[in-house]
Amino acid sequence: MALVVEGLDVRFLTRDGVVQALSDVSFRIEPGDVLVVVGESGCGKSVLAHALLRLLPANARMTGRVTLRGTVLTDLPEAQMAQLRGRAIALIPQSAATALNPVLPIGTQLREIARARGLSWNIARKELESILSRLGLDFDRIQGMYPHQLSGGMQQRIVNAAAMLGRPALVVADEPTYGLDPELVDQMASLLLEIPKGGSALLVITHDLHFARRLGGRIALMYGSFLVELRPSQQFFSGPLHPYGRGLLAALPDNGLQEIPGSPPSLTALPEGCPFAPRCRYSSYVCLNNIPALVPLDRTGRDAVRCVLYAAG
Amino acid sequence: MTQCGVFCMLQVEHVAKAYTNGRTPVPVLADVSLTVAPGERVGLVGRSGAGKSTLARIMALLMPPDRGTVTVDGVLIQRWGFALPAPLRRQVQLIWQSPRTSTNPRYSLRQIMEEPLLGLDRDARRRASARLAQLQERAGLTPELLARHPHAVSDGQLQRACVVRALLVEPKYLICDEFTAMHDASTQATLLHTIAEEQERTGMGIVLMTHDHRLARHWCHRIVELSGGRLVEVTGHRSTA
Repeated sequence: MALVVEGLDVRFLTRDGVVQALSDVSFRIEPGDVLVVVGESGCGKSVLAHALLRLLPANARMTGRVTLRGTVLTDLPEAQMAQLRGRAIALIPQSAATALNPVLPIGTQLREIARARGLSWNIARKELESILSRLGLDFDRIQGMYPHQLSGGMQQRIVNAAAMLGRPALVVADEPTYGLDPELVDQMASLLLEIPKGGSALLVITHDLHFARRLGGRIALMYGSFLVELRPSQQFFSGPLHPYGRGLLAALPDNGLQEIPGSPPSLTALPEGCPFAPRCRYSSYVCLNNIPALVPLDRTGRDAVRCVLYAAG
Repeated sequence: MTQCGVFCMLQVEHVAKAYTNGRTPVPVLADVSLTVAPGERVGLVGRSGAGKSTLARIMALLMPPDRGTVTVDGVLIQRWGFALPAPLRRQVQLIWQSPRTSTNPRYSLRQIMEEPLLGLDRDARRRASARLAQLQERAGLTPELLARHPHAVSDGQLQRACVVRALLVEPKYLICDEFTAMHDASTQATLLHTIAEEQERTGMGIVLMTHDHRLARHWCHRIVELSGGRLVEVTGHRSTA
Protein backbone atom coordinates (compact mmCIF):
# COMPACT_ATOMS: atom_id res chain seq x y z
CA MET A 1 0.00 0.00 0.00
CA ALA A 2 1.53 3.29 -1.04
CA LEU A 3 -0.59 5.75 0.90
CA VAL A 4 -3.11 5.25 3.69
CA VAL A 5 -4.97 8.22 5.09
CA GLU A 6 -7.13 7.60 8.16
CA GLY A 7 -9.46 10.08 9.81
CA LEU A 8 -7.52 13.12 8.65
CA ASP A 9 -8.91 16.28 10.18
CA VAL A 10 -7.49 19.75 9.62
CA ARG A 11 -8.74 23.00 11.10
CA PHE A 12 -7.31 26.48 11.02
CA LEU A 13 -7.56 28.77 14.00
CA THR A 14 -8.19 32.26 12.65
CA ARG A 15 -9.36 35.58 14.01
CA ASP A 16 -12.75 34.97 12.40
CA GLY A 17 -13.11 31.59 14.10
CA VAL A 18 -12.26 28.00 13.33
CA VAL A 19 -12.05 27.01 9.66
CA GLN A 20 -12.79 23.31 9.32
CA ALA A 21 -10.87 22.39 6.15
CA LEU A 22 -10.85 18.59 6.32
CA SER A 23 -13.20 16.38 8.31
CA ASP A 24 -12.59 12.68 8.84
CA VAL A 25 -10.95 12.09 5.46
CA SER A 26 -9.92 8.47 4.87
CA PHE A 27 -8.70 6.80 1.68
CA ARG A 28 -5.87 4.70 0.34
CA ILE A 29 -3.93 4.57 -2.89
CA GLU A 30 -2.07 1.50 -4.16
CA PRO A 31 1.30 1.86 -5.89
CA GLY A 32 0.78 2.64 -9.56
CA ASP A 33 -2.77 3.86 -8.96
CA VAL A 34 -4.39 7.22 -9.62
CA LEU A 35 -6.74 9.01 -7.26
CA VAL A 36 -8.41 12.18 -8.52
CA VAL A 37 -9.81 14.49 -5.84
CA VAL A 38 -12.66 16.55 -7.26
CA GLY A 39 -14.56 19.36 -5.60
CA GLU A 40 -15.64 22.99 -5.71
CA SER A 41 -13.30 25.82 -4.89
CA GLY A 42 -13.14 26.18 -1.14
CA CYS A 43 -14.11 22.60 -0.27
CA GLY A 44 -10.71 21.84 1.27
CA LYS A 45 -9.08 19.90 -1.54
CA SER A 46 -5.89 21.97 -1.75
CA VAL A 47 -5.51 21.71 2.02
CA LEU A 48 -5.46 17.94 1.53
CA ALA A 49 -2.42 18.22 -0.74
CA HIS A 50 -0.59 20.38 1.73
CA ALA A 51 -1.60 18.25 4.71
CA LEU A 52 -0.10 15.13 3.09
CA LEU A 53 3.20 16.99 2.68
CA ARG A 54 2.78 18.56 6.12
CA LEU A 55 3.20 21.98 4.63
CA LEU A 56 0.39 23.63 6.57
CA PRO A 57 0.73 27.09 8.14
CA ALA A 58 1.35 27.48 11.87
CA ASN A 59 -2.29 28.09 12.74
CA ALA A 60 -3.34 24.69 11.39
CA ARG A 61 -4.27 21.82 13.70
CA MET A 62 -4.09 18.36 12.16
CA THR A 63 -5.24 15.05 13.60
CA GLY A 64 -5.49 11.61 12.03
CA ARG A 65 -2.92 9.31 10.47
CA VAL A 66 -1.10 9.44 7.15
CA THR A 67 0.99 6.37 6.36
CA LEU A 68 3.27 6.26 3.34
CA ARG A 69 4.83 2.86 2.52
CA GLY A 70 4.67 1.88 6.18
CA THR A 71 6.03 5.16 7.58
CA VAL A 72 3.58 7.13 9.68
CA LEU A 73 4.14 10.65 8.38
CA THR A 74 1.96 12.31 10.97
CA ASP A 75 4.31 11.17 13.79
CA LEU A 76 7.60 12.13 12.15
CA PRO A 77 9.69 14.98 13.50
CA GLU A 78 9.94 17.87 11.04
CA ALA A 79 13.60 17.16 10.19
CA GLN A 80 12.76 13.65 9.00
CA MET A 81 9.68 14.86 7.19
CA ALA A 82 11.84 17.36 5.31
CA GLN A 83 13.99 14.43 4.17
CA LEU A 84 10.95 12.70 2.72
CA ARG A 85 9.64 15.68 0.78
CA GLY A 86 10.78 15.35 -2.79
CA ARG A 87 12.25 11.87 -2.18
CA ALA A 88 9.15 10.01 -1.06
CA ILE A 89 6.44 12.57 -1.85
CA ALA A 90 6.77 14.96 -4.76
CA LEU A 91 4.49 17.91 -5.41
CA ILE A 92 3.66 19.16 -8.88
CA PRO A 93 2.68 22.75 -8.28
CA GLN A 94 -0.17 24.63 -9.91
CA SER A 95 2.00 26.63 -12.26
CA ALA A 96 5.15 25.23 -13.85
CA ALA A 97 6.21 28.69 -14.94
CA THR A 98 6.56 29.92 -11.37
CA ALA A 99 8.06 26.66 -10.11
CA LEU A 100 11.18 26.93 -12.27
CA ASN A 101 13.96 29.37 -11.45
CA PRO A 102 14.07 31.94 -14.28
CA VAL A 103 17.79 32.70 -13.94
CA LEU A 104 19.19 29.16 -13.95
CA PRO A 105 19.50 26.81 -16.93
CA ILE A 106 17.25 23.75 -16.82
CA GLY A 107 20.20 21.36 -16.44
CA THR A 108 21.43 23.16 -13.32
CA GLN A 109 17.96 23.10 -11.77
CA LEU A 110 17.52 19.39 -12.40
CA ARG A 111 20.97 18.71 -10.97
CA GLU A 112 20.02 20.65 -7.86
CA ILE A 113 16.90 18.54 -7.46
CA ALA A 114 18.88 15.32 -7.87
CA ARG A 115 21.31 16.47 -5.19
CA ALA A 116 18.50 17.40 -2.82
CA ARG A 117 17.13 13.88 -3.21
CA GLY A 118 20.53 12.35 -2.53
CA LEU A 119 20.91 10.84 -5.98
CA SER A 120 24.24 10.68 -7.76
CA TRP A 121 24.14 12.86 -10.86
CA ASN A 122 25.28 10.04 -13.14
CA ILE A 123 22.36 7.85 -12.18
CA ALA A 124 19.89 10.74 -11.98
CA ARG A 125 20.95 12.00 -15.40
CA LYS A 126 20.30 8.62 -17.01
CA GLU A 127 16.91 8.42 -15.35
CA LEU A 128 16.06 11.97 -16.39
CA GLU A 129 17.10 11.28 -19.97
CA SER A 130 14.75 8.34 -20.13
CA ILE A 131 11.86 10.18 -18.44
CA LEU A 132 12.28 13.24 -20.65
CA SER A 133 12.49 11.19 -23.82
CA ARG A 134 9.24 9.48 -22.83
CA LEU A 135 7.77 12.96 -22.44
CA GLY A 136 9.15 13.93 -25.86
CA LEU A 137 12.11 16.08 -24.77
CA ASP A 138 15.83 15.69 -25.43
CA PHE A 139 17.84 16.28 -22.26
CA ASP A 140 21.01 17.34 -24.11
CA ARG A 141 19.12 19.93 -26.09
CA ILE A 142 17.29 21.53 -23.19
CA GLN A 143 19.85 21.34 -20.40
CA GLY A 144 21.51 24.62 -21.37
CA MET A 145 18.25 26.45 -21.95
CA TYR A 146 16.51 28.86 -19.60
CA PRO A 147 12.81 28.54 -18.72
CA HIS A 148 11.82 31.53 -20.87
CA GLN A 149 13.22 29.81 -23.95
CA LEU A 150 10.78 26.95 -23.48
CA SER A 151 7.05 26.86 -24.14
CA GLY A 152 4.62 26.48 -21.26
CA GLY A 153 4.04 22.85 -22.24
CA MET A 154 7.76 22.11 -22.22
CA GLN A 155 8.19 23.77 -18.81
CA GLN A 156 5.35 21.64 -17.51
CA ARG A 157 7.03 18.48 -18.80
CA ILE A 158 10.25 19.42 -17.03
CA VAL A 159 8.43 19.98 -13.76
CA ASN A 160 6.71 16.62 -14.18
CA ALA A 161 10.02 14.92 -14.95
CA ALA A 162 11.54 16.46 -11.83
CA ALA A 163 8.66 15.09 -9.77
CA MET A 164 9.13 11.62 -11.27
CA LEU A 165 12.87 11.55 -10.62
CA GLY A 166 13.82 8.88 -8.09
CA ARG A 167 10.37 7.30 -8.28
CA PRO A 168 8.81 8.83 -5.19
CA ALA A 169 6.16 6.67 -3.53
CA LEU A 170 3.60 9.42 -4.01
CA VAL A 171 3.25 12.29 -6.47
CA VAL A 172 0.69 15.01 -5.65
CA ALA A 173 -0.46 17.33 -8.44
CA ASP A 174 -2.41 20.37 -7.22
CA GLU A 175 -4.72 21.80 -9.92
CA PRO A 176 -2.26 21.01 -12.74
CA THR A 177 -4.58 22.30 -15.48
CA TYR A 178 -5.08 25.76 -14.02
CA GLY A 179 -5.20 28.18 -16.95
CA LEU A 180 -4.28 25.64 -19.64
CA ASP A 181 -5.83 25.47 -23.10
CA PRO A 182 -8.03 22.44 -23.84
CA GLU A 183 -5.38 20.81 -26.05
CA LEU A 184 -2.82 21.24 -23.28
CA VAL A 185 -5.23 19.78 -20.75
CA ASP A 186 -5.30 16.56 -22.76
CA GLN A 187 -1.54 16.61 -23.05
CA MET A 188 -1.22 17.18 -19.32
CA ALA A 189 -3.39 14.14 -18.64
CA SER A 190 -1.13 11.92 -20.73
CA LEU A 191 1.96 13.40 -19.06
CA LEU A 192 0.56 12.72 -15.61
CA LEU A 193 -0.46 9.21 -16.54
CA GLU A 194 3.22 8.43 -17.20
CA ILE A 195 3.84 8.82 -13.46
CA PRO A 196 1.96 5.78 -12.12
CA LYS A 197 3.58 3.63 -14.81
CA GLY A 198 6.82 4.02 -12.83
CA GLY A 199 5.13 2.55 -9.73
CA SER A 200 4.40 5.83 -7.92
CA ALA A 201 0.96 6.51 -6.55
CA LEU A 202 -0.56 9.61 -8.13
CA LEU A 203 -2.96 11.98 -6.40
CA VAL A 204 -4.41 14.72 -8.59
CA ILE A 205 -6.47 17.60 -7.27
CA THR A 206 -8.74 19.32 -9.77
CA HIS A 207 -12.06 21.06 -10.25
CA ASP A 208 -12.18 20.17 -13.95
CA LEU A 209 -14.49 17.21 -14.47
CA HIS A 210 -13.44 16.57 -18.08
CA PHE A 211 -9.85 16.37 -16.98
CA ALA A 212 -10.74 14.09 -14.08
CA ARG A 213 -12.58 11.76 -16.42
CA ARG A 214 -9.65 11.69 -18.82
CA LEU A 215 -7.29 10.66 -16.00
CA GLY A 216 -9.39 7.64 -15.03
CA GLY A 217 -8.32 5.74 -11.91
CA ARG A 218 -10.44 6.46 -8.89
CA ILE A 219 -12.44 9.51 -7.94
CA ALA A 220 -12.65 11.07 -4.49
CA LEU A 221 -15.43 13.63 -4.44
CA MET A 222 -15.12 16.31 -1.76
CA TYR A 223 -17.76 18.64 -0.42
CA GLY A 224 -17.61 21.00 2.55
CA SER A 225 -14.45 19.43 4.05
CA PHE A 226 -15.82 15.86 3.80
CA LEU A 227 -14.99 13.13 1.35
CA VAL A 228 -18.46 12.20 0.13
CA GLU A 229 -17.89 9.63 -2.59
CA LEU A 230 -14.98 7.33 -3.36
CA ARG A 231 -15.35 5.13 -6.43
CA PRO A 232 -13.69 3.98 -9.65
CA SER A 233 -13.75 6.83 -12.14
CA GLN A 234 -15.71 5.00 -14.81
CA GLN A 235 -18.45 4.05 -12.38
CA PHE A 236 -18.59 7.55 -10.96
CA PHE A 237 -18.98 9.20 -14.35
CA SER A 238 -21.55 6.70 -15.54
CA GLY A 239 -23.64 7.12 -12.38
CA PRO A 240 -22.54 9.03 -9.31
CA LEU A 241 -24.24 7.93 -6.10
CA HIS A 242 -23.99 10.98 -3.88
CA PRO A 243 -26.62 13.61 -4.67
CA TYR A 244 -23.86 16.22 -4.92
CA GLY A 245 -22.01 14.11 -7.49
CA ARG A 246 -25.19 13.84 -9.53
CA GLY A 247 -25.75 17.59 -9.32
CA LEU A 248 -22.20 18.27 -10.38
CA LEU A 249 -22.40 16.11 -13.50
CA ALA A 250 -25.77 17.62 -14.43
CA ALA A 251 -24.16 21.07 -14.24
CA LEU A 252 -21.84 20.29 -17.16
CA PRO A 253 -22.78 22.12 -20.38
CA ASP A 254 -23.20 18.79 -22.20
CA ASN A 255 -25.66 17.58 -19.57
CA GLY A 256 -27.81 20.69 -19.60
CA LEU A 257 -25.97 23.15 -17.37
CA GLN A 258 -28.40 22.51 -14.54
CA GLU A 259 -27.54 24.34 -11.40
CA ILE A 260 -27.50 23.03 -7.86
CA PRO A 261 -29.68 25.43 -5.84
CA GLY A 262 -27.95 27.38 -3.07
CA SER A 263 -24.25 27.75 -2.59
CA PRO A 264 -21.48 25.67 -1.04
CA PRO A 265 -21.13 26.04 2.72
CA SER A 266 -18.47 28.20 4.19
CA LEU A 267 -15.87 26.18 6.07
CA THR A 268 -16.19 28.51 9.05
CA ALA A 269 -19.87 27.70 9.44
CA LEU A 270 -20.50 24.16 8.26
CA PRO A 271 -24.03 22.90 8.79
CA GLU A 272 -24.58 20.66 11.77
CA GLY A 273 -25.49 17.59 9.74
CA CYS A 274 -24.57 16.59 6.20
CA PRO A 275 -22.76 19.53 4.56
CA PHE A 276 -24.82 19.07 1.39
CA ALA A 277 -28.21 18.72 3.13
CA PRO A 278 -29.33 22.36 2.68
CA ARG A 279 -28.99 21.99 -1.12
CA CYS A 280 -30.04 18.37 -1.43
CA ARG A 281 -33.39 17.41 -2.90
CA TYR A 282 -33.46 14.18 -0.89
CA SER A 283 -32.58 15.66 2.48
CA SER A 284 -34.70 14.96 5.52
CA TYR A 285 -34.48 15.91 9.20
CA VAL A 286 -31.96 13.08 9.64
CA CYS A 287 -29.57 14.74 7.19
CA LEU A 288 -29.93 18.15 8.76
CA ASN A 289 -29.05 16.94 12.24
CA ASN A 290 -26.52 14.14 11.82
CA ILE A 291 -23.31 13.86 9.88
CA PRO A 292 -23.81 10.73 7.77
CA ALA A 293 -21.30 7.90 8.12
CA LEU A 294 -19.11 6.80 5.25
CA VAL A 295 -21.02 3.77 3.91
CA PRO A 296 -18.75 1.08 2.40
CA LEU A 297 -20.09 -0.22 -0.90
CA ASP A 298 -18.14 -3.47 -1.03
CA ARG A 299 -16.43 -5.81 1.38
CA THR A 300 -12.99 -4.19 1.06
CA GLY A 301 -14.38 -0.77 1.92
CA ARG A 302 -12.44 0.92 -0.90
CA ASP A 303 -15.60 2.22 -2.50
CA ALA A 304 -17.71 4.29 -0.20
CA VAL A 305 -20.29 7.04 -0.13
CA ARG A 306 -21.20 9.40 2.68
CA CYS A 307 -24.98 9.59 2.41
CA VAL A 308 -27.88 8.18 4.39
CA LEU A 309 -29.57 7.11 1.14
CA TYR A 310 -27.13 4.21 1.02
CA ALA A 311 -26.93 3.38 4.72
CA ALA A 312 -27.88 -0.19 5.59
CA GLY A 313 -31.00 -0.79 7.64
CA MET B 1 -33.85 50.40 -25.62
CA THR B 2 -36.17 52.10 -28.01
CA GLN B 3 -34.18 55.31 -27.68
CA CYS B 4 -31.50 54.08 -30.03
CA GLY B 5 -33.79 52.33 -32.52
CA VAL B 6 -31.93 50.59 -35.30
CA PHE B 7 -28.60 51.70 -33.83
CA CYS B 8 -29.10 49.49 -30.78
CA MET B 9 -25.94 47.44 -30.81
CA LEU B 10 -22.38 47.21 -29.63
CA GLN B 11 -20.22 47.26 -32.69
CA VAL B 12 -16.51 46.96 -33.33
CA GLU B 13 -15.36 47.51 -36.90
CA HIS B 14 -11.97 46.68 -38.43
CA VAL B 15 -10.30 46.85 -35.06
CA ALA B 16 -6.55 46.28 -34.88
CA LYS B 17 -4.28 46.28 -31.84
CA ALA B 18 -0.60 45.58 -31.31
CA TYR B 19 1.53 45.69 -28.18
CA THR B 20 5.21 46.45 -28.25
CA ASN B 21 7.90 44.23 -26.85
CA GLY B 22 10.85 46.58 -26.65
CA ARG B 23 10.82 47.92 -30.20
CA THR B 24 9.15 45.02 -31.93
CA PRO B 25 5.41 45.40 -32.31
CA VAL B 26 3.49 42.24 -31.42
CA PRO B 27 0.23 42.27 -33.35
CA VAL B 28 -2.68 40.80 -31.40
CA LEU B 29 -5.77 41.83 -33.33
CA ALA B 30 -5.34 42.30 -37.08
CA ASP B 31 -8.83 43.11 -38.32
CA VAL B 32 -11.79 42.27 -36.14
CA SER B 33 -15.39 43.25 -36.73
CA LEU B 34 -18.18 42.06 -34.48
CA THR B 35 -21.69 43.23 -33.71
CA VAL B 36 -23.64 42.35 -30.60
CA ALA B 37 -27.36 43.03 -30.56
CA PRO B 38 -29.48 43.42 -27.41
CA GLY B 39 -30.74 40.10 -26.11
CA GLU B 40 -28.09 38.22 -27.99
CA ARG B 41 -25.46 35.83 -26.61
CA VAL B 42 -22.34 35.68 -28.73
CA GLY B 43 -19.76 33.03 -27.94
CA LEU B 44 -16.23 34.10 -28.73
CA VAL B 45 -13.85 31.16 -28.62
CA GLY B 46 -10.11 31.06 -29.10
CA ARG B 47 -6.95 29.64 -27.60
CA SER B 48 -5.08 31.50 -24.90
CA GLY B 49 -3.02 34.20 -26.54
CA ALA B 50 -5.52 34.59 -29.39
CA GLY B 51 -6.42 38.09 -28.26
CA LYS B 52 -9.70 37.43 -26.44
CA SER B 53 -8.83 39.58 -23.45
CA THR B 54 -7.52 42.39 -25.64
CA LEU B 55 -10.78 42.42 -27.56
CA ALA B 56 -12.67 42.28 -24.24
CA ARG B 57 -10.91 45.41 -23.00
CA ILE B 58 -11.60 47.24 -26.23
CA MET B 59 -15.25 46.21 -26.28
CA ALA B 60 -15.61 47.23 -22.63
CA LEU B 61 -14.36 50.71 -23.67
CA LEU B 62 -11.33 50.50 -21.40
CA MET B 63 -8.62 50.64 -24.04
CA PRO B 64 -8.54 52.21 -27.50
CA PRO B 65 -7.74 50.09 -30.54
CA ASP B 66 -4.85 51.17 -32.81
CA ARG B 67 -7.17 51.25 -35.78
CA GLY B 68 -10.89 50.72 -36.27
CA THR B 69 -13.94 51.97 -34.43
CA VAL B 70 -16.18 51.02 -31.55
CA THR B 71 -19.76 52.25 -31.39
CA VAL B 72 -22.25 51.79 -28.57
CA ASP B 73 -25.87 52.25 -29.62
CA GLY B 74 -24.75 54.49 -32.45
CA VAL B 75 -22.33 56.58 -30.36
CA LEU B 76 -18.83 56.50 -31.77
CA ILE B 77 -16.36 56.07 -28.91
CA GLN B 78 -13.47 58.52 -29.06
CA ARG B 79 -12.37 58.72 -25.47
CA TRP B 80 -11.55 55.68 -23.38
CA GLY B 81 -11.55 54.45 -19.82
CA PHE B 82 -12.04 57.19 -17.25
CA ALA B 83 -12.04 59.87 -19.94
CA LEU B 84 -15.37 58.55 -21.12
CA PRO B 85 -18.50 59.93 -19.41
CA ALA B 86 -19.63 57.48 -16.73
CA PRO B 87 -23.21 56.97 -17.97
CA LEU B 88 -21.84 55.77 -21.31
CA ARG B 89 -19.08 53.72 -19.72
CA ARG B 90 -21.63 52.01 -17.50
CA GLN B 91 -23.48 50.66 -20.56
CA VAL B 92 -20.82 48.03 -21.09
CA GLN B 93 -19.65 45.94 -18.16
CA LEU B 94 -16.79 43.46 -18.07
CA ILE B 95 -16.45 40.38 -15.89
CA TRP B 96 -12.79 39.45 -15.66
CA GLN B 97 -11.22 36.03 -15.58
CA SER B 98 -9.61 36.40 -12.19
CA PRO B 99 -11.73 37.82 -9.37
CA ARG B 100 -8.58 38.22 -7.24
CA THR B 101 -7.05 40.79 -9.54
CA SER B 102 -10.30 42.58 -10.29
CA THR B 103 -11.35 43.35 -6.72
CA ASN B 104 -9.90 45.68 -4.13
CA PRO B 105 -8.49 43.50 -1.32
CA ARG B 106 -9.20 46.21 1.23
CA TYR B 107 -12.93 46.27 0.51
CA SER B 108 -15.53 43.94 1.94
CA LEU B 109 -17.67 41.98 -0.50
CA ARG B 110 -20.51 44.40 0.13
CA GLN B 111 -18.29 47.39 -0.69
CA ILE B 112 -17.03 45.65 -3.82
CA MET B 113 -20.55 45.09 -5.07
CA GLU B 114 -21.82 48.54 -4.12
CA GLU B 115 -18.93 50.56 -5.48
CA PRO B 116 -20.36 51.05 -9.00
CA LEU B 117 -23.48 52.60 -7.47
CA LEU B 118 -21.52 55.63 -6.24
CA GLY B 119 -21.88 57.35 -9.56
CA LEU B 120 -25.62 56.79 -9.91
CA ASP B 121 -28.33 59.33 -9.14
CA ARG B 122 -30.47 58.82 -6.07
CA ASP B 123 -33.36 57.02 -7.75
CA ALA B 124 -31.18 54.62 -9.62
CA ARG B 125 -29.22 53.98 -6.47
CA ARG B 126 -32.31 53.16 -4.48
CA ARG B 127 -33.46 50.78 -7.17
CA ALA B 128 -30.07 49.12 -7.34
CA SER B 129 -29.76 48.71 -3.57
CA ALA B 130 -33.10 46.97 -3.54
CA ARG B 131 -31.93 44.61 -6.23
CA LEU B 132 -28.62 43.92 -4.53
CA ALA B 133 -30.16 41.59 -1.97
CA GLN B 134 -32.08 39.77 -4.66
CA LEU B 135 -29.11 39.38 -6.98
CA GLN B 136 -26.67 38.25 -4.33
CA GLU B 137 -29.08 35.59 -3.19
CA ARG B 138 -29.61 34.48 -6.77
CA ALA B 139 -25.86 34.26 -7.28
CA GLY B 140 -25.55 32.13 -4.16
CA LEU B 141 -23.92 34.59 -1.78
CA THR B 142 -25.07 34.12 1.78
CA PRO B 143 -25.55 37.31 3.86
CA GLU B 144 -22.80 36.34 6.30
CA LEU B 145 -20.25 36.56 3.46
CA LEU B 146 -20.91 40.21 2.71
CA ALA B 147 -18.84 41.59 5.57
CA ARG B 148 -15.83 39.48 4.60
CA HIS B 149 -12.85 40.62 2.61
CA PRO B 150 -11.54 38.84 -0.49
CA HIS B 151 -8.82 36.95 1.39
CA ALA B 152 -11.46 35.26 3.55
CA VAL B 153 -13.62 33.91 0.73
CA SER B 154 -12.98 31.36 -2.01
CA ASP B 155 -12.38 32.23 -5.67
CA GLY B 156 -15.87 30.99 -6.46
CA GLN B 157 -17.51 33.22 -3.86
CA LEU B 158 -15.50 36.22 -4.99
CA GLN B 159 -16.44 35.69 -8.63
CA ARG B 160 -20.09 35.53 -7.60
CA ALA B 161 -19.64 39.00 -6.08
CA CYS B 162 -18.03 40.21 -9.31
CA VAL B 163 -21.00 38.98 -11.33
CA VAL B 164 -23.40 40.79 -9.00
CA ARG B 165 -21.25 43.94 -9.28
CA ALA B 166 -21.43 43.87 -13.07
CA LEU B 167 -25.18 43.20 -13.20
CA LEU B 168 -26.16 45.72 -10.56
CA VAL B 169 -25.77 48.77 -12.81
CA GLU B 170 -27.99 47.10 -15.44
CA PRO B 171 -25.54 47.27 -18.32
CA LYS B 172 -26.83 47.05 -21.89
CA TYR B 173 -23.88 44.91 -22.88
CA LEU B 174 -21.93 42.44 -20.81
CA ILE B 175 -18.52 41.07 -21.75
CA CYS B 176 -17.54 37.90 -19.90
CA ASP B 177 -13.85 37.16 -20.32
CA GLU B 178 -13.23 33.49 -19.39
CA PHE B 179 -15.03 34.25 -16.17
CA THR B 180 -15.77 30.63 -15.30
CA ALA B 181 -12.46 29.11 -16.44
CA MET B 182 -11.25 28.56 -12.93
CA HIS B 183 -14.52 27.51 -11.37
CA ASP B 184 -16.20 24.17 -10.95
CA ALA B 185 -19.22 23.03 -12.91
CA SER B 186 -21.91 23.96 -10.41
CA THR B 187 -20.57 27.47 -9.76
CA GLN B 188 -20.37 27.95 -13.52
CA ALA B 189 -23.96 26.84 -13.94
CA THR B 190 -25.21 29.16 -11.19
CA LEU B 191 -23.38 32.18 -12.59
CA LEU B 192 -24.55 31.57 -16.15
CA HIS B 193 -28.15 31.11 -15.04
CA THR B 194 -27.96 34.29 -12.97
CA ILE B 195 -26.74 36.20 -16.02
CA ALA B 196 -29.27 34.57 -18.34
CA GLU B 197 -32.18 35.52 -16.07
CA GLU B 198 -30.92 39.07 -15.87
CA GLN B 199 -30.66 39.13 -19.65
CA GLU B 200 -34.25 38.01 -19.97
CA ARG B 201 -35.29 40.88 -17.72
CA THR B 202 -33.18 43.68 -19.18
CA GLY B 203 -32.47 42.45 -22.70
CA MET B 204 -28.75 43.07 -22.53
CA GLY B 205 -26.37 41.76 -25.19
CA ILE B 206 -23.68 39.34 -24.01
CA VAL B 207 -20.30 38.27 -25.33
CA LEU B 208 -19.01 35.12 -23.67
CA MET B 209 -15.30 34.68 -24.25
CA THR B 210 -14.21 31.15 -23.52
CA HIS B 211 -11.94 28.35 -24.63
CA ASP B 212 -14.65 25.82 -23.83
CA HIS B 213 -16.40 25.07 -27.13
CA ARG B 214 -18.92 22.82 -25.40
CA LEU B 215 -20.01 25.66 -23.16
CA ALA B 216 -20.22 28.13 -26.05
CA ARG B 217 -22.27 25.71 -28.14
CA HIS B 218 -24.65 25.08 -25.32
CA TRP B 219 -25.16 28.59 -24.06
CA CYS B 220 -24.69 31.01 -26.95
CA HIS B 221 -26.86 31.90 -29.91
CA ARG B 222 -23.92 32.12 -32.26
CA ILE B 223 -20.21 31.45 -32.08
CA VAL B 224 -17.28 33.28 -33.59
CA GLU B 225 -13.69 32.17 -33.34
CA LEU B 226 -10.72 34.45 -32.85
CA SER B 227 -7.56 33.13 -34.43
CA GLY B 228 -4.49 34.82 -35.89
CA GLY B 229 -5.92 38.21 -35.01
CA ARG B 230 -9.08 37.70 -37.04
CA LEU B 231 -12.52 36.27 -36.52
CA VAL B 232 -12.24 33.20 -38.69
CA GLU B 233 -15.19 30.97 -38.12
CA VAL B 234 -18.76 31.96 -37.63
CA THR B 235 -21.20 29.19 -36.94
CA GLY B 236 -24.91 29.66 -37.00
CA HIS B 237 -27.53 29.56 -34.35
CA ARG B 238 -27.81 26.62 -32.01
CA SER B 239 -30.18 25.80 -29.20
CA THR B 240 -30.25 27.92 -26.07
CA ALA B 241 -30.04 26.87 -22.46
